[in-house]
Amino acid sequence: MLKSALRSRWATLAVLALMIAIVPLIAPSAFYLRVAALVWIFALAALGLTILMGYAGQVSLGHAGFLGIGAYGVAIGPTHLGLSPLLSLILAAALSGVIAYVVGRPILRLKGYYLAIATLGFGLILALIFQSESAVTGGPDGMAVARLTVFGWRIAGAMQWYWVSAGVLLLGAWIALNIADSPSGRALRALHDSEVAAAGAGVDVAAKKLAAFVAAAIYAAIAGGLLACMNGLITPDAASFMHSVEFVAMVIIGGLGSVLGAVVGAAFLIVLPQALTSLQEYEQAVLGLLIMVFMIALPMGIVPSLRNWLTERLA
Amino acid sequence: MTKSAFGRQSLRASALQALAVTTLLSLPALAADPIKIGAVLSASGPAAFLGDPEAKTLKIYVEELNKKGGVLGRQIELVLYDDGGDANKARTFATRLIEDDKVVAMVGGSTTGTTMAMIPVFEDAKVPFVSVAGAIEIIEPVRSFVFKTPHTDKTACEKIFEDMKARSLTKIGMISGTDGFGKSMRAQCLRVVKDYGIAIVADESYGATDSDMTPQLNKIKNTAGLQAVVNPGFGQGPAIVTRNYGQLSIGLPLYQSHGVASKSFIDLAGPAAEGIRLPAPALLVADKLADTDKQKTVVTAYKTSYEKAVGQPVSTFGGYAFDGIQLVVEAIQKAKGAEPQKIRDALEATKGYVGVTGIYTMSATDHLGLGTESFRMLEVRNGGWVEVGAR
Amino acid sequence: MAEFLQLLFSGLTVGAVYALVALGFTLIYNASDVINFAQGDFVMIGGMGTVFLAAAGLSLPLAAFIAILAAVAVGLLLHRLAIEPARGASPVALIMITIGASIFIKGVAQVVFDKQFHSLPAFTGSDPIALGGATILPQSLWVVGGAIVLFVALYLFLERTLLGKAVLATAANRLAARLVGINVKVILALAFGVSAAIGAIAGVLVTPITLTRYDIGTLFALKGFAAAMVGGMGHPLGAVVGGVLIGLMEAFGAGYISSTYKDGVAFLAILLVLFFMPRGLFGGGSVERV
Repeated sequence: MLKSALRSRWATLAVLALMIAIVPLIAPSAFYLRVAALVWIFALAALGLTILMGYAGQVSLGHAGFLGIGAYGVAIGPTHLGLSPLLSLILAAALSGVIAYVVGRPILRLKGYYLAIATLGFGLILALIFQSESAVTGGPDGMAVARLTVFGWRIAGAMQWYWVSAGVLLLGAWIALNIADSPSGRALRALHDSEVAAAGAGVDVAAKKLAAFVAAAIYAAIAGGLLACMNGLITPDAASFMHSVEFVAMVIIGGLGSVLGAVVGAAFLIVLPQALTSLQEYEQAVLGLLIMVFMIALPMGIVPSLRNWLTERLA
Repeated sequence: MTKSAFGRQSLRASALQALAVTTLLSLPALAADPIKIGAVLSASGPAAFLGDPEAKTLKIYVEELNKKGGVLGRQIELVLYDDGGDANKARTFATRLIEDDKVVAMVGGSTTGTTMAMIPVFEDAKVPFVSVAGAIEIIEPVRSFVFKTPHTDKTACEKIFEDMKARSLTKIGMISGTDGFGKSMRAQCLRVVKDYGIAIVADESYGATDSDMTPQLNKIKNTAGLQAVVNPGFGQGPAIVTRNYGQLSIGLPLYQSHGVASKSFIDLAGPAAEGIRLPAPALLVADKLADTDKQKTVVTAYKTSYEKAVGQPVSTFGGYAFDGIQLVVEAIQKAKGAEPQKIRDALEATKGYVGVTGIYTMSATDHLGLGTESFRMLEVRNGGWVEVGAR
Repeated sequence: MAEFLQLLFSGLTVGAVYALVALGFTLIYNASDVINFAQGDFVMIGGMGTVFLAAAGLSLPLAAFIAILAAVAVGLLLHRLAIEPARGASPVALIMITIGASIFIKGVAQVVFDKQFHSLPAFTGSDPIALGGATILPQSLWVVGGAIVLFVALYLFLERTLLGKAVLATAANRLAARLVGINVKVILALAFGVSAAIGAIAGVLVTPITLTRYDIGTLFALKGFAAAMVGGMGHPLGAVVGGVLIGLMEAFGAGYISSTYKDGVAFLAILLVLFFMPRGLFGGGSVERV
């Protein structure tokens, strides 16, 4: 019974809610709240990738590109089109989904390495556009982003952003868990295990993959929009290849296909540079080494390994 | 997440040194806390050639200052973070400096992007922030707590165009990098070029990591009536532009920007660098300055201690950081206290401070305090810099 | 005509560099089904190693030789410590391992070397050679010549030597190769070593033109990768043609159209090729290697 409780979606949500509730109680200063808010935001983007990679078994090395669409959408809407920031965020998320839909059709026909490279190329082209179209995007130095106002409430300060990002993450996690438990989710996972078998069982493989790709893009765009609003500034490096790599690392280090894993993976990679400041010179080397060690020694990721260990103990 | 779990780059002199100094001077400051000055620099990542010399300069400076007894009898503690050129990370570290480390001032922001990301944090906290990045939008409009030490790219354009005008070069080509520096300087040059009666007849760009610019330069070369070319950019791009320029035997005057003002540019560009002109601070011609030159002492001292400690030639970027921390320390001295508000007021009142980049005189409307006169027009001759033209 | 020639020379030089990196990709991919994202870092090790050894007083050829050996050592270690232990991992995991390796190598390089740009003197002077109104640097001829020599040498090695045939056999069918007595482990290590050597030689050849820094590998990896993909992954001739094609497209695009999206050309090419010719120009094999 404990076993199944550990695996239920309510348990996942409860653990997540507990984490969210505890941080403000133990955070010594607003700096820790900011780091935590960043974790929630990047976890949201990683969650999108979890749907794509963990459920549907499709990789994307261009995830940061969609983050960029959300971020620049929120920046461009109020500045150039006179839209409210909230409406811009919603439109940017929708646009990101539409772009994913259009690009996803041809890209998702590819498999394995070819898919990885195609998404990589797509992400790089997006980053290049953000950097080159300075008239609209402000170029390499980025552009300022208007404050986010929700029904007259102007979000500002680390504490408010903490709760906003945490709330959106919880919502995102709830949706992701529901997708996982729905017939579509089961179809997606069947697809992860064997596309041929899934197709044989009557799953519309192409449509399911595309849906996962679109969902991932929307998650990333919302995360990007929140990030841009919280920082008040967006630069093209938010959409860089390195960030796409970090998202994949978050998903795999945390645990492929696990909602909590995405959060743990994001926390790991966001807190790491803060924890390594005394080793600044070696930060990159340590990051590279950790990615390799995790991939080789803990291919399942932190959360599933931990859960297995726990259930074994309890059994 | 306890505080001790987070290591921090502390540059306090070793305990022994501190003890020696304090016993020697037997100042009442024995128990005084160190003054914390923050720095967020791009010491790694694509902008490392800016952040790396900047970080090294700050470390060397603070160490030397502490050996001499610090300021107001208190030691300086430098809290240094590396943002890797990432604006989001820079902002997080800025928050950390304010909320966690409680610094009284900050010198940093290697790039315009990271600087702009950090400005709101310091404005909100009312802590002075001396940026070492180039673009003019950092200090225009003037923000109460934000200052900067590097010349603006606008000033560089003006200096170059002044020189072109003096040489009657009126039709020019421009090839700029698509990095933040190149784009920003290109925009500023386009803005002021008309004031000098100069027309830009060719306008090309190259990516920050391009390894061959002959296609773009060839296009410029074939533009009718071309008299000179200017290359806003930094990093390795201008060195490659210079080599390709030589390869294509374009033969017209080529101007580089202050973005490559360092001996290593001449080494990278090789013989093709001969005859190139660029606006640069006095730092580059330290050994050739007249003894009467106001900057001679400070420039020579910085150059000597940097090159001795690092073993690499000085660059203007390290100089910006030197002036930044020096301005802050002077302000603390003048204010006779290390409260952020006092430091800010003293910074704004900076008058005739002789730095390695120029002579700074700030005001409520000018948080940079450098004009075109702080630039010297240099030319590469026999593999070294020579000052040319009237100042 | 002079302009066309100038762009052609530019494209060929840059293309030859991409081709060399792509060749390294191809060799490792063929033998082990791994796409090695650290391939560009071999180029960096070759260039930076030579720069620093030469600065330490070694003669240029000796410095280059030791730097190439160092790259080979790194390649072998990469295989032994990171790829071997992860045998049977998914392509995504393998990609992440080599990306991790690439980040790690860069992290170590910025401490061992430094973060500045460096250059090497051109092998045979830097006076441009005039040709039909255009100019080409002698070093470009070294790069193009070096690429041709390496390609031919690799071809002869694979087709004419027993060891080379063993590599091809391993690539074709690992189990069958083992059954006929080929030591697959040694063959895979060999592929990593040779691939690292090709990358490092490319680094030595191009550094006088492109300059080098600890993180220059990323660019080479991405462009070389695009070249390998356009040509058809796993096909040595395809890698070379793909590299030259991308180099030419970049040069002519920048020269005749606009230089703004020059860096995007390679990736646009990947996308188009993957959409319309998923197997690349020369690819004959299956889309997915299972």
